[in-house]
Order: sequence, then structure tokens, then C-alpha cells
Amino acid sequence: MPRSISSFSKRDAQMLAGVGLSSICMAALIFGRLTPLHGRLGFAVTAFVLFVVTYAVMSSFTESRPAVIDRVMTVLLTAAAAVALVALGSVIFFTFKRGWTALRHLNFYTEDLRVTGPEQPLTSGGVLHAIVGTLIMTAISLVLTVPLAVTCAVFLTESKSRAVNAVRTIVTAMTALPSIVAGLFIFATWVLVLGFPRSGLAASISISIMMLPIIIRSADVVLRLVPGSLREAAAALGAPRWRTVWHVVLPTARSGLTTSVILGVARGIGETAPVLLTSGYATSLNLDPTNNPMASLPVTAFKLVSSPEPNQIARGFGAASVLMVMVLVLFTIARVLGGRPAGRQSTRQARRAAAQSLADLARIEPESVPEAPQLGERAGRLPAILQRK
Amino acid sequence: MTEQGVTSVTDQGPTIRIDEPRAGDAPSETTAVDGHVVFDVRDLSVYYGPFRAVRDANLHIRQHEITAFIGPSGCGKTTVLRCFNRMNDFIETARVEGTINYHGVDLYDPQVNSTEVRRRIGMVFQKPNPFPKSIYDNVAYGPRLAGMKKKAELDDVVEKSLRGAALWDEVKDRLKNSGLGLSGGQQQRLCIARAIAVDPEVILMDEPCSALDPIATARIEDLMQEIKSKFTIVIVTHNMQQAARVSDRTAFFTTEVNPESDRRTGVLVEYDLTKKIFSNPGDERTEQYVTGRFG
Repeated sequence: MPRSISSFSKRDAQMLAGVGLSSICMAALIFGRLTPLHGRLGFAVTAFVLFVVTYAVMSSFTESRPAVIDRVMTVLLTAAAAVALVALGSVIFFTFKRGWTALRHLNFYTEDLRVTGPEQPLTSGGVLHAIVGTLIMTAISLVLTVPLAVTCAVFLTESKSRAVNAVRTIVTAMTALPSIVAGLFIFATWVLVLGFPRSGLAASISISIMMLPIIIRSADVVLRLVPGSLREAAAALGAPRWRTVWHVVLPTARSGLTTSVILGVARGIGETAPVLLTSGYATSLNLDPTNNPMASLPVTAFKLVSSPEPNQIARGFGAASVLMVMVLVLFTIARVLGGRPAGRQSTRQARRAAAQSLADLARIEPESVPEAPQLGERAGRLPAILQRK
Repeated sequence: MTEQGVTSVTDQGPTIRIDEPRAGDAPSETTAVDGHVVFDVRDLSVYYGPFRAVRDANLHIRQHEITAFIGPSGCGKTTVLRCFNRMNDFIETARVEGTINYHGVDLYDPQVNSTEVRRRIGMVFQKPNPFPKSIYDNVAYGPRLAGMKKKAELDDVVEKSLRGAALWDEVKDRLKNSGLGLSGGQQQRLCIARAIAVDPEVILMDEPCSALDPIATARIEDLMQEIKSKFTIVIVTHNMQQAARVSDRTAFFTTEVNPESDRRTGVLVEYDLTKKIFSNPGDERTEQYVTGRFG
């Protein structure tokens, strides 16, 4: 009998449930009665192995060999995906759960910790200083890294120089640089040799060192994906090299470049060790990145969680939760701003393009503009002739 | 482009009047009325590294004519074509010997500005390659490069070019939509519109119809006939019928096996009026190729 591979029949569900039940029972039998083993993890692993074996045997009664293999592989892969998702989900859930007592107070987001001691209740004090510090440091790092990284990636993809391979090797090596080394490097050069104070700026520079190779590497890959035919087309119109890059290559790769910047920010925003070295920890709000320690969320989480006081620990987990939410928000913004592949329009963009097209037509060839509902009659409405059938 | 008649491709180099007749000394001339020579190719050899891809090609490309390059794969048609606007510059190992004179100026003279060459000598590629921008911006790209900023002027160029490429009526109410949303044939005509928007003198076409269906191909061929009064066209094609249909002159290339290295080098076998090439070719190899006995 042909088996549909894409759908999930009632019979499949019954079989899965039966096999699941039997494997749990067998595991209980083996674990509790027949062998002196114990422990939850061992039980789960045994149950899973029994499940796979039983499922394969049961399937083989009715199915052909390829179908049995297909089913067993489906189970294994689904299980692998589930383990990964559960791991991720439990990290997020655990952090929010531990931080919830702090998170639910509004003052957590509007106050810093300058007057709040470790034993004071969660209704006082917050991590505003760390939120602002993280935002300032990330912003400075972005300003430092994005132009540098994109320029470097353009060099790697467009140049025929012999230095390209050397630069690419160095960048690859830099991705493996331990962050503490980046922190020490900036501490040694910027603070000790050049004599600048430890500050948010110094921390931003050390974060930039961590972000740079990540952005360069992924931007390099993205720029190489831009079809050579587009470069040729621009060149054939008499575009000099730099104009080809600026007007054709970079806009075409925009969405991919956004992703590479996101990857860089993801790396930089969570850096703890270099910030600790080059900026240090502060309990009060500091808006000046050139002077005095500036706190960041990961450093704050680290400092607070290492305290023995339960309230401080809750604040630490709260800070970590805020960091996660912030990353999510930043990514969403970046995706919305730079997300679409070049040449694809969102519904709203398509609507705006249609309106502009009509405006262009009215300007270029006024007599041929259709009588249909004019622009602005209802803002944003698609003119009738352009509506998709 | 400068006013018709005066052209200069070097930064400070010579200025040549193109309406000054040049003595045509192409091999086996059979026509009485010859257009002015745009490209005078002498002993052109192209190398990729140590490998010689094309050997000793000699031909004249004449103004307001369609010249077709035909021949089997690997015979160097495209290589020669890409020498005309110095696209081979982008291939690191490519090297050119001999001369290509464009209105008497050697295109490979160190003084020649290759960017300016490409602005005057446009190109349409095998696969339609519109930029991932709007239709309007695709066409306006070249004029904007040349410094045109005024909306009215740009509008004018965009309209004229799209009309010139027989695309205006199909896209006039969606100029701001992405060029990638068009069909393959429309995209190729958009690329032609983009090429003619900078008002080049020559348009090089590298198998412009190989990715298109017969109907779209017919439209492009009609278009070539329409625009040939304004431009000089050189087309590479694998399709002999196409060459016979559209071109005034045809150059037949073939490959020669190098006995020592077993590598194949392209040679120009015969260059003549299309009529003659297809009815009464002077070379046996040409006859075999156009009658379908080889290649």
C-alpha cells in the first residue's frame, strides 16, 4: 500500500503512542527492577533507545525497508531538533524565571544601583545604568566597526591584490581571538600606553575588536554572492570600479550585510571580560563614554549574580533577561530596516512603488494616465488598474 | 556623448572626425557602398595566461551595420567581442596583442581611459542582468553616472530609451517596480534600454537571445533592425539562422588544434557580407559550418 510521506495519519499516531507507552514501561522495568541503575537522565536515554528500536520493529511488520529507515530517521532528527529547542527554551525560561521577581517592578528599568544596597528589597534600584551603558557601547562599536568591516569586505571581494589572502587569513584567525585577549590588548595600549582612562569608549574599542572579524567574514561571503554579471553590467555602462561597488554591489547585498552586522552585534553585545577590564563596573548611571567606568548588562549580570544575596541574584538574572529582550528588539529593527533581498518589495513598498509609477507616468506622459481613482483619494490605496487580479 | 561627428576616447588624446571617410582595406570587399569603419582590427591575438585563445584576427566593423560573429563553441567569438569594450580587462590573465583601432584610436593605448571606452561602447549580455532596482533606476543608471541629475531630463531619457527598446508601452505604468519582476524577454529589452540610455555609438551583444524563447527572440531581432540606423551593432550568436536573418556582415570563427599542446585556438576564417557567407562562402570550413556538416 502506498504510504503518504508528507501526511500524518491516525494510524501513525496510534502506533507512536503505543510504542511510546511500551518503551516507557520497558525502561521502567529495566531501570527499576532488572538492573541496579537509577537517575532521570539514564531513564530518558534508555526509554528513547527502546522507543527507536521498538518503533523500527513495529514498522517493519507493515512497511518496506526504505519506509522503516525513513521513519527511524524522522524520529532521530525530530528528537535532535527537540533537544536543541528544549535546551534553548530552558535557558531563556530559566533566566526569566529567576529574574522575574526583579523584572516585575517598574523601578528595575528606571533606577540605577547607586543608593540601593544588596539587601534592599527589589522595589528599589534597577539596571538603567547597564541598559544605557550597553546601548552607548553598542552604538559606538557599530560606528567604529561597520564602515571598517564593510570596507575590508569590499577589499577582500573586489581587489585582485595579493594581500587579499593574507588579510583573509588574519581575519579568520581574529574570529578565534579570546575576548579576554582583546580586552587586555586595549587595556595595555589604550589605557596603559596612551594614558586614556578606563571608560565606555575603551570598552567599545575592545568590543569592536571582537565584532570586526565576525562582520568582515560574513560580509565577505555575502558580497561574493553578488552576481558578477551585475558588476559587468555596471562596468559596461562606463561605471568606475568604486561606483559599481557603491551603487550596485552594496545595495544588492544590503540584506545580507544587515545579517552580518546583526551577527557582529550579537557577538559584541554579550561581551563581558573585555568590558570588565577596560571599563570596569559602575553602579551609577554614566552618560559620558570618555570618562569613568560604565556598566554594561552582561557585566552587571555577572557582578550581581556572584553576590550571595537572593535579591542581587534576582537583579542579575533580570539584567540578563533585559539583555535578551534588547537583542531581540535590535534584531527585529535591523530586519525590518534592511531585511528584504534587493529587488523584492514588501506589500507596502509595492503599493508605494505603484503610486510613484503613476506619478512618473503623469509627469512623463500626462495624456495616458488612467481615470482611475487618483492618488491621495484614499492614501495608500492601490489604483484599480494596478490591483493584482 | 559629444555631438555626432566628433569623438574622443582619450583623456587628452586626439580628436577624430568620424565622418571623414577612411580607406577600407578589409579582405575580400565586395560591396560598393561601405559605411565608415568603426573598429579596425589588425592581427588581434588574445591570450589567457600562456594560452592563446584567438589568433591573428583581422576585420573591419562598419557604422550602422549589424555584424554577426558565428562559429562553434570555444572559437573566440565572445573573446574578440569583449576586446571591443575592454571587458577582458577584468580577467587578470587576459592579454591582447595586435591593435583594435576605434575611429583611428588604439583602444589598448595606455592613454585610453577604459571607463570612457565602455561608456561609448555599450554591451548586452547573454543572460539578462538588470540591476535589482526599479525599471526607472535601471535605465537611469547610465545617465546618472554621467552626471545627469535633473528629473525632467532623466524622465526624457528613460522614456526615449524604453521606447527605443520597444518596452515603453509594457512598463510605462510600473516604472518604479523592480526590474526583476519582468519576464526574461522584457528583462533583456530592459538591458538594451539601459545600454542605449547612455547613447553609445556601438552596442555589443553577446548571444542576447540564447536565454529567450522564439517570440522574445523575434522581438529582439526586430528591435535590432529598428535601432541599427542609430547604432552600430556587433552580435555574437550560436544561431546561424539568426545571423542570416539580422546581420549585414558575418565573421566566421573556428578552432584550430595546436599540434604541440593540444589546446585549441580560435581563428577568424572568413569575414564577408552575410549574403555571401551563407550562399557562396569562400572557405571550405565556412561552407561546412553554415550547411550544418560540422560544428
